[in-house]
Amino acid sequence: MSYKTDMGRVIGLGSAKQGAEHWFGERLKAVAMIPLTLAFLCIVAPLIGESYETVVATFQNPLKAILVILFLLVTFKHLEEGLQVVIEDYVHGKGALLTLLIVTKLGCWAFGLAGIFAVAKIAFSG
Amino acid sequence: MVELTLPKNSRMTVGKTWPKPQGATNVRSFKIYRYDPDSGDNPRVDTYHVDMDTCGPMILDALIKIKNEIDPTLTFRRSCREGICGSCAMNIDGINTLACIYGLDEVKGDVKIYPLPHMPVIKDLIPDLTHFYAQHASIMPWLETKTNTPEKEWRQSIEDRAKLDGLYECVMCACCSTSCPSYWWNGDRYLGPAALLHAYRWLIDSRDEATGERLDGLQDPFKLYRCHTIMNCAKTCPKELNPAKAIAEIKKMMVERTL
Repeated sequence: MSYKTDMGRVIGLGSAKQGAEHWFGERLKAVAMIPLTLAFLCIVAPLIGESYETVVATFQNPLKAILVILFLLVTFKHLEEGLQVVIEDYVHGKGALLTLLIVTKLGCWAFGLAGIFAVAKIAFSG
Repeated sequence: MVELTLPKNSRMTVGKTWPKPQGATNVRSFKIYRYDPDSGDNPRVDTYHVDMDTCGPMILDALIKIKNEIDPTLTFRRSCREGICGSCAMNIDGINTLACIYGLDEVKGDVKIYPLPHMPVIKDLIPDLTHFYAQHASIMPWLETKTNTPEKEWRQSIEDRAKLDGLYECVMCACCSTSCPSYWWNGDRYLGPAALLHAYRWLIDSRDEATGERLDGLQDPFKLYRCHTIMNCAKTCPKELNPAKAIAEIKKMMVERTL
């Protein structure tokens, strides 16, 4: 039971004064993912069935390694931001919300960094 | 988490089937949501039969006929009966619309009428719109100026006035906001398409001098950015307005002022 006014309820804690950067950034990354995904596919698809040496040589090419790293960086950052929005939409309990946000953000960073580390390791192994 | 099933006391039951009018040959069935808060019973769906030969052409005509001739306890809001007051907004045949401008010929088979979705129901077809109205008030739906008030009127060019077309016509019927899944899940914090359409109406008013403050107030992950361009609002609007476009324009303004 609360005697808070209707306007008080609507105002809540007030405006967070943020959101535009997240929204615009997510869309910028979505656009960037179009060429980066194509580049990733063009680089990785021909490697299917190829020898170990060919794969290593491909990722030691600076341009290809950088493109794949960019793809991983942008994709996982976009995934992190997108999942955050989905979780905020559907999860309403404060504890569950915070836990899920932390888990997904850490997960995205961990998987993204693991991918980037793998590419970098091969690129610098020569 | 999101509730995917109705709470126990909101689950619908089969209601009363009212007798058919005697001697009528052109009869149509209406299945109407009924809820009486005083009875403590779950909501039910009553079936009414209306003689279409003596009924007006609109859904509201049938509702008024039912109330006058069959069941005076049937409760709904109505006023202007020409789509300008927004009172008779309800869910008809699965679409949020105004009963007064929705033709009976637009519905095939039985006519199913429910209150606007996902709002607390006061009685029968009357939803509680208190929060919805407070959200509208929160966006300051009035002209805010800092310049001294002119002796006569605040002047506006014809071109600037034209920018308000497609916005000022909103009658605040709540059809759009209550059709929006984002508003269903986060209606406590998300302002919803109706309030945001009104916010944009004042944001682009050439006479207004509080654009910055208005944008500051809206820049929030929940107040504005819960809109995911689902477009139910534009699809359902009985006035054929496009709140989704207005919201997209606000988002563009948010970016514009940072670039």
